[in-house]
Amino acid sequence: MKINKFFIGGAFILAAVVYLIASSTQASAEYFMTVDELKADGAAAVSKSLRLSGAVIGDTIQYDAETLTLTFEVAHVSGDNAEIEAQGGLAEVLYQAVNDPTRQKVSVVYVGPKPDLLRGEAQAIMTGKLGQDGVFYADELLLKCPTRYEEAVPEQAATN
Amino acid sequence: MFAEFGYGVLLVSLIVAIYSGLAAVYGAMNKSAALVESARRAMLLTFPLISVAAAALIYLLINDHYEVAFVYEVTSRSMPTYLKVTAWWGGQAGSLVFWSWLLAVFTSAVTLRKWDRDIEFLPWVILVSAITLTFFLGMTVFFENPFTRFWLVNGNVEPSMFAPANATVFTPQDGQGLNPLLRHPGMVIHPPMLYLGFVSYVIPYAFAMAALITGRTDDRWIRITRRWSLWAWLFLSFGLVLGGRWAYDVLGWGGYWGWDPVEIAAFMPWLTGTAFLHSVMIQEKRGLLKQWNMILIILTYALVIFGTFLTRSGVLSSVHAFANSPIGPFFMGFVSLTFIVSVALVIWRWPQLQAETEMKSMLSREALFLLNNLLFMSILVVCFWGVIFPLISELFTGQKVTVGPPFYERATSPLFAALLFLMAVAPLSAWGHSTVQTLGKAIWKSAIAALAVTVALFFTYTQNIGALIGFFLIVLIVLVTFHEFWRGARARQKTQGENFFTALARLMGRNRRRYGGYIIHISMALMAIGILGIEIFQKQTQGTLAAGEKLEIAGYTVEYRELASWDNQGEGVNYTRAVVNVYEDGIYLGQLTPRIDYYYDSQQNMTIPGNRSTLRDDLYILLVDWQPVSSIGATFKIYVNPLVNWLWIGSLLFLVGVIFAAWPDNDPSEEHARRNITRDNRQPSAAD
Repeated sequence: MKINKFFIGGAFILAAVVYLIASSTQASAEYFMTVDELKADGAAAVSKSLRLSGAVIGDTIQYDAETLTLTFEVAHVSGDNAEIEAQGGLAEVLYQAVNDPTRQKVSVVYVGPKPDLLRGEAQAIMTGKLGQDGVFYADELLLKCPTRYEEAVPEQAATN
Repeated sequence: MFAEFGYGVLLVSLIVAIYSGLAAVYGAMNKSAALVESARRAMLLTFPLISVAAAALIYLLINDHYEVAFVYEVTSRSMPTYLKVTAWWGGQAGSLVFWSWLLAVFTSAVTLRKWDRDIEFLPWVILVSAITLTFFLGMTVFFENPFTRFWLVNGNVEPSMFAPANATVFTPQDGQGLNPLLRHPGMVIHPPMLYLGFVSYVIPYAFAMAALITGRTDDRWIRITRRWSLWAWLFLSFGLVLGGRWAYDVLGWGGYWGWDPVEIAAFMPWLTGTAFLHSVMIQEKRGLLKQWNMILIILTYALVIFGTFLTRSGVLSSVHAFANSPIGPFFMGFVSLTFIVSVALVIWRWPQLQAETEMKSMLSREALFLLNNLLFMSILVVCFWGVIFPLISELFTGQKVTVGPPFYERATSPLFAALLFLMAVAPLSAWGHSTVQTLGKAIWKSAIAALAVTVALFFTYTQNIGALIGFFLIVLIVLVTFHEFWRGARARQKTQGENFFTALARLMGRNRRRYGGYIIHISMALMAIGILGIEIFQKQTQGTLAAGEKLEIAGYTVEYRELASWDNQGEGVNYTRAVVNVYEDGIYLGQLTPRIDYYYDSQQNMTIPGNRSTLRDDLYILLVDWQPVSSIGATFKIYVNPLVNWLWIGSLLFLVGVIFAAWPDNDPSEEHARRNITRDNRQPSAAD
């Protein structure tokens, strides 16, 4: 009898947690996509919650300080860590993506302060939606600059 | 020279750690006290050894030895000396050495304690620590060696520990330098605080394993490690808070916590650690939940290693994860192996870990503690689900789906609210048995007062339902807890004839853990005020202003005055600083100076907000951009973060509470209190 009471309580909590997780997952799921996948999906991707990864092309970065509107283009990079490693690490993959004119590209618009880490050859991970106009409207912008951190060989050496 | 020396010492430390573990096992198996003593001394030796290796590394860091790859990666000539020292834990290889060093410190401290009553634990505690130490030292010696140097071989530069054939040492002119975002006092002490917390949890885990192996499964291991767990919890908590403060001061997005996978990786052991902290009390007082406590400490240990691994690998997309490295699989292997072995030990000792009594009442203190544990575990499950969901979804649907901060906020806020409610109710419940009537009688006055405050807030401050529920619970916790202090002191005042404050001081001094815990509960309520404030009431605006122009937000007026830009040659930084005047309702409050620091060596900006902080709100101003030539001057983003200061005030009070609870004393009343409180029959355990 006593045991039952506790089991019912436990089952109730379990059900509540499962419900919380399931409903919150549905409400905030973001589909992780690469630029190629986004282009392939085309109109189907419009206005879904997306998380897009790409290499920032330095020359395309423009910032309108009056409206705090940041625009830039990102080039396709693989979303697969193993693949990135196989191609020589993130820094190398980003470098190649930016300097390869055949890569697919997407324009990104972000409104807010210009992030300190934004620069060419950074990896941008953006949360937001694809507009009808084919521009990606980002609400959130995460940047990774692998060269800043751990690079095995000094740059001076590369030119030797 | 120093590089070879440091590496040699690391290698010797590894051998000594391995020896220590082996000697401990053989000593215990063959009942050889001499061998166990030898293991203990070997373990003690690891501390000076790793200290010497660390000193060699610090020497290289301070003296610009850029031929060493690690030094090249984390320091540069423009960095001040103290930052060069703290760059020790600024990269992966160094932080592994740091981890090992802390573990050697703690293990040495624990092997120096008086063991006479618990001598059978000693070899196993040494073994568990030695295995952990061996793993971390092995990682540095074989995979992430901080002493690797650059060599010039046929015109190419290669990193290697030992000179390749026909190679000369290659010394770059300058290092890459620590990321400027990390050059902040908060960031200087945040990683070591987290690591202190992480590493301290190894000790309770080692004792738990010793208890399982020796079969001495009473609550002795818990009593020995009670203070360790408290200090571990303190460091871990404080590490998390410091990380939040750093984000608030430096990252310039007006927030303190972003549900980033790496933040969650540090938060998960905190959740199990907090659950453990509460549930050991049930075991001590009632002899319940023994199996559960074992599982909690095993989970905490696994999550600590997992957390160290996550922060230092690249498996998850995160701003923190700054390295893809070969050690990932080893970490996963080590976590899995220790987890499986530990769980197997628990299963082996399962019958000995039976509860000594039965839980009867749903509202008893122990049942509410159990509920608290379930809530912490639920938050853990939510976090774990969020972190691994991309992997799961990719596995089953082929589509990588991630969940962001809204997921965590939505799924955890009811759970956090339930925890707040428990904090208000549980202190009023009795061990063994409570009813709705007894609880209601104890709480109704506080509840009515809290309701009155909530109604007042409804008319004066906010109509947001979530916020009102939160404020109600917070006020309830504070009132109930103060009432407990008052009730206890009054009772003592009557029986002992002391004045009120003497009675209060003595009462608290005699029950450090209980009243320290209450202080911590109040601090949590204060922190909750800050979190509600910034999460629900944050306001923001932005604009580009010419000199003399103004922006209005939440009663404040911000007037742009001037902008200046200058170089600091010595540190290689350019500062651009704006000056703004702040007014509230026309009254001049003072100046703020948001600025952008540009670091030449790493070509990176760092945005430092100008922040005016009061108990009511923070006016948090970011300089976003500027145009030196045109008539339009500078662009600002301005946040008003109501009540956020309570988060930091709460965390300081938290520190006071934990130190109060963990302060050493000779607690003569402890056993006494246990008998008084235990109303039900409690079968005698081996410890009594």
